[in-house]
Amino acid sequence: MAIAGLPEEEYLSCGHRACAGCGAATAIRLITKAAGKNSILVESTGCIEVISTPYPETAWKLPWIHGAFENPSSIASGISAALKAKGIEDEINVVAFGGDGSTYDIGLGHISGAFERGDNFTYICYDNEAYMNTGIQRSGATPYGASTTTSPAGRESIGKVEWKKDIIHILAAHKSPYLASASIGYPTDAFKKIRKAIETKGPTFVNLFATCPTGWRSDPAKSIELAKLAVETGVVPLYEIINGKHVVGMPRDISKLKPVEEYLKVQGRYRHLFRPEKKEMEINFIQERVKENLALLLEYAETGH
Amino acid sequence: MIDFENVKLKIGDTEITIGAVLESNGSTSNLKTGAWRSMRPVTDLEKCISCGICWSLCPEGCIIKRKDGKFEADLDYCKGCGICANECPVKAITMVMEEK
Repeated sequence: MAIAGLPEEEYLSCGHRACAGCGAATAIRLITKAAGKNSILVESTGCIEVISTPYPETAWKLPWIHGAFENPSSIASGISAALKAKGIEDEINVVAFGGDGSTYDIGLGHISGAFERGDNFTYICYDNEAYMNTGIQRSGATPYGASTTTSPAGRESIGKVEWKKDIIHILAAHKSPYLASASIGYPTDAFKKIRKAIETKGPTFVNLFATCPTGWRSDPAKSIELAKLAVETGVVPLYEIINGKHVVGMPRDISKLKPVEEYLKVQGRYRHLFRPEKKEMEINFIQERVKENLALLLEYAETGH
Repeated sequence: MIDFENVKLKIGDTEITIGAVLESNGSTSNLKTGAWRSMRPVTDLEKCISCGICWSLCPEGCIIKRKDGKFEADLDYCKGCGICANECPVKAITMVMEEK
């Protein structure tokens, strides 16, 4: 039975300790539904690990292994090798996942290794754009201009001054057969992409954009609305790279993008861009760069890259 | 050969398995997180069109499908984030202040 395009089975139990309005918890529900019951999950240290397993309790209804901060991809490699040796690699899905801190920064070397070896597993990053579990420190995924505890905004600072790392293209350089960008604002799209990643043989990757009301200082009720807005403004374009070819899902028209200001002004982490006075220069810079990035993706898609 | 599955370690008075393996599943449901809530979702079942969008987006996974196909939050676990009320396409859910 399916409800709203998703399987009815639930693999994450109620009573987990996520904050109210946690986008990553919705993300995990999507990931587990896409993986299904014949799956082994591997997870790095991060919010979801902490909220799902307050020892001796567990929220998981699937086999789940907690590795260290950096190595869920290496553990997944080992599991996939063991399944291959037993001749049952087609029956069981190996899904590794971690937050953006583990994926973009600490575990990148291990992920690169697993992708280079071509191990058969799917890696999913629930991307909430900072180290939220340890108290909102900047990560390689934190966007330009966002205030975090280690990139605080102030009189002399506009928050983080570096642009977000382009993880999908880093992994695309490893010639992975399937990579995708998804958002919890579009759950059926995200579900289909995760399914596709799991069904594709070889190392595959999905970056799943997930809101964090605690770290972004946004309204918990607007978690899904924000995840949608990020796509509609072009900040988080949804696209796939299938065997090296780009397919852009949305947005597809640069002239119809909503202004990034709409997305920025509802989040406390960008408050300094609007108060005490509006910083037009910074907002324009973000707007231009968002358009440039999208134009590049659309060009890749058009020219068959 | 050590039978790892049956070896128990003792730390203080607590017995733990090797690798802290947990044999139960879904046991976090012992904790009723509904106590965290300050706002409560109230569904107008007359308006509900049984689309299940609230169910698909709830971070708790605590929205239950009723026998008549309509959806309602399980208040034992609902943390009152308000996503369901914000996303409902027919505005059937309203958030009201929790009173003691």
